Amino acid sequence: MEQNDWKLLKEIAELEKTPQGAYNIRRNGALDSRSSTANIEIVTKTEPGKSGIDIHIKPGTKGESVHIPVIITQTGLSEMVYNDFFIGADCDVDIIAGCGIHNSGCETAQHDGLHTFHVGKNAKVRYVERHYGEGEGTGKRIMNPQTEVYLDEGASIELETTQIRGVDSTKRETKVVVGANAEVVITEKLLTHGDQVAESDMDVILDGPGASGRVISRSVAQDSSTQVFYPRMTGNADCFGHVQCDSIIMGGAKIKSIPAIVANHVDAQLVHEAAIGRIAGDQILKLMTLGLTEEEAEEKILDGFLQ
Amino acid sequence: MLEIKGLSYQVEGEVDILRDIDLTIADHQLVVVTGPNGGGKTTLAKAIMGLVPPTSGSICWNGTDITHMDITNRARLGVSYGFQQPPRFKGLRVKDLLALAAGSGSLSHEEGCQYLTRVGLCANDYIDREVDASLSGGEVKRIEIATILARRAGLMIFDEPEAGIDLWSFARLTETFRAIHAKREATLLIISHQERIIDLADEIVMVQGGRVVKHGPKDEILPQIMANTVSGCSYMREEAK
Repeated sequence: MEQNDWKLLKEIAELEKTPQGAYNIRRNGALDSRSSTANIEIVTKTEPGKSGIDIHIKPGTKGESVHIPVIITQTGLSEMVYNDFFIGADCDVDIIAGCGIHNSGCETAQHDGLHTFHVGKNAKVRYVERHYGEGEGTGKRIMNPQTEVYLDEGASIELETTQIRGVDSTKRETKVVVGANAEVVITEKLLTHGDQVAESDMDVILDGPGASGRVISRSVAQDSSTQVFYPRMTGNADCFGHVQCDSIIMGGAKIKSIPAIVANHVDAQLVHEAAIGRIAGDQILKLMTLGLTEEEAEEKILDGFLQ
Repeated sequence: MLEIKGLSYQVEGEVDILRDIDLTIADHQLVVVTGPNGGGKTTLAKAIMGLVPPTSGSICWNGTDITHMDITNRARLGVSYGFQQPPRFKGLRVKDLLALAAGSGSLSHEEGCQYLTRVGLCANDYIDREVDASLSGGEVKRIEIATILARRAGLMIFDEPEAGIDLWSFARLTETFRAIHAKREATLLIISHQERIIDLADEIVMVQGGRVVKHGPKDEILPQIMANTVSGCSYMREEAK
């Protein structure tokens, strides 16, 4: 591991040293280091043509975490990774993922991944994923994450995804199938700048009675960047779903937000809210009256919004 | 000391909003600015804070001419202003706003709670809440006042602090104004129509039609205002009989 690698690990997973508990660090398309625990086993996929890992978490595992960061510092590297999570019943675990690219060359560095979660009965999962890009090179930094989640009865998952600056192009696809009395909360935070492009396509299917889903998306588009959101919430049972998309638009950016709610059951309660707007002038003025400069005020407003 | 000389503000095609205002306020005075709606009170307050650029005249604060100074620098010199209709911030929490106001990266939990208590808010219920649309008008207003308290500025301007605030919290607020004044911590300029706030004043300034029409000690000005209010309105005259 070099200094740049640790810097990326700090950005995406707040790691300053080898993590506690189970972990799998992937660096430049290959395994860097791995550790399994008594309850969490990480194994390399054996299917031909599929690079990635399977993570098995024993039923009843509580208070443990798994770190699975990916870092790329090699310009021109492009990879597709498949990670499957099998989370046993009654677990309560944190999964910290994320991808950081430092591209100092002129070729594109790209990480695409498909994470599939099978969450057992009454299990509770918190999944945190940060995407970060940097590097002085002209090569693009591209990330296209796909996430599929299947929640068993009474299971719950909090998906927190963050991409603040540095990623030139991203297409995020998320699909969650929510079983009876299960719950999903998706929090998405995104900041694009320059001529970056980001697209987020989300499908939440509330499939069982008592299922609930919440999508909270907050984004900031600066300069001439472009964002497209397409969150869909489908209710197939007596369920509750809420989609909230808020965006701040700046400079010459473009944002398209197309939330959709689909009810296939008479007791499905679905709500969506979407708003796009610039920073309100009186917000800036208020913070200036507290002694901040206009630039500092803008920064605080954006920080708070994406907090 | 706040010294305003010949301050005017005109908007093309509209009546003059401020007309040649002269006003001097000594240190640590509690001055209530009152007068009919649309008379120019808020514009005067905003001009002092730098939110409105005057067309002519000057504003000096503690001997420094701040007439052409930007909002940020006025704030750093100790001028503060509580908005009549404060903005809301999605994502910024009450404690974040109070910390920004206090000028420190982080505000201790106790300090934050103290400011909220002084405006009649139960600190534990509010300190972690976002200053967004989930708060009522009265709640946002009180948080706004708490940010001014947290600034500990030399000049505190409050624009109708009573608006939207329930009776019980209002009583707490007047006590807070009284306490700041008693400690001679700051010069207070309060735009208000409330008798209980007017009652705290050392001086009253009456602004009407963009001009200062009366300015003097409370005991002198208040009876004049009350007399004019009753005699100027035929309905109230009948009621008074």
